[in-house]
Amino acid sequence: MHELSIASRVVELASEQCRDAGAARAVAVTLRIGRLACVHDDALRFSFEIVREGTPLAEAELRIVHVPVTIWCAACAREVELPGIQRFACPACGTPSGDVRAGRELDLESIELADEPAAALPMEPAP
Amino acid sequence: MTAPRILEVRTQILKKNDELAREMRRDFERAGVLVMNLVSSPGTGKTAFLRETLARLTARGEPVAAVVGDLETDNDARRLAESGAPVRQIMTHGLCHLEADMVQRHLEGWDVASLHYLFIENVGNLVCPTSWDLGESVRLALLSVTEGEDKPLKYPGLFNTADVAAITKIDLAEACDFDRSLALANIAAVRPGMRVFETSAKTGAGLDAWLDHLAERRAALMGSHEPAATSPR
Repeated sequence: MHELSIASRVVELASEQCRDAGAARAVAVTLRIGRLACVHDDALRFSFEIVREGTPLAEAELRIVHVPVTIWCAACAREVELPGIQRFACPACGTPSGDVRAGRELDLESIELADEPAAALPMEPAP
Repeated sequence: MTAPRILEVRTQILKKNDELAREMRRDFERAGVLVMNLVSSPGTGKTAFLRETLARLTARGEPVAAVVGDLETDNDARRLAESGAPVRQIMTHGLCHLEADMVQRHLEGWDVASLHYLFIENVGNLVCPTSWDLGESVRLALLSVTEGEDKPLKYPGLFNTADVAAITKIDLAEACDFDRSLALANIAAVRPGMRVFETSAKTGAGLDAWLDHLAERRAALMGSHEPAATSPR
């Protein structure tokens, strides 16, 4: 399960960014994952919950943005999105293309930072 | 309480691995070493294919070496060493893929620059190795006739990152009712234009053409002296 390795890198990278930005913690992290990256969402979320313990990401929400595969179609002279990943050919004209323009992403897109530690957030008003 | 701030990071999650792999590839290619990453399912016959490749390249007078990844045991390193080439085992102890730093550590003490070819046999797995660049110039995906012609359609992510493919155990094709044209069509569907070699480590079929292809690849690398264009990982 390589998702554990990927989750570890996400937590490592995002924790560094939190520290560099002088933030106490991350509220959310957003990843961009291409359909060709061979990463399973559930396995990644499961791994993320394990590796984030004791880090500034301990309570961060994991947001995953999926990136569809696009190829360059030489016949149509434009980038086209593939409906699936079993056939690398232009869905409009059928020309095969090995020129993949998007869909392999495995990126940390953004982090939502908070300056206060979670414990210092205002308490529910006493009844 | 201040509002949360959004920090745009836009960085590759595997940045550390990718940067190291790029450095390794640059050094390998400058030294004229063609590095190949072999990926397939467990049981495809990577080790037998590689053992024959190493033995035949050695017989042609080419300096070669290999590192091989497995979860446990050094059985494959011992099988590959029968070729006479220097071989090292990388035991991952449960990890499902190789990473660039593991390869780098296992090359320590070898005069890698004196090699013409270095082979990295990845852990048998058609999913996990996909996103890990090992500093190779060429990624070889292998598929045996016993696995079914639709393997490339089931694992398009990996087959799409390959630069060249080999069909192994071609001597068993008839016994398995292997549909050769269907297998080739499926490989072409997920990676249009990729060269495919039909081979048998047992009979030696297809191996001469394969070795000639390796020599062409290396000549192209020597000719360019620039990092060869490979598919983005």
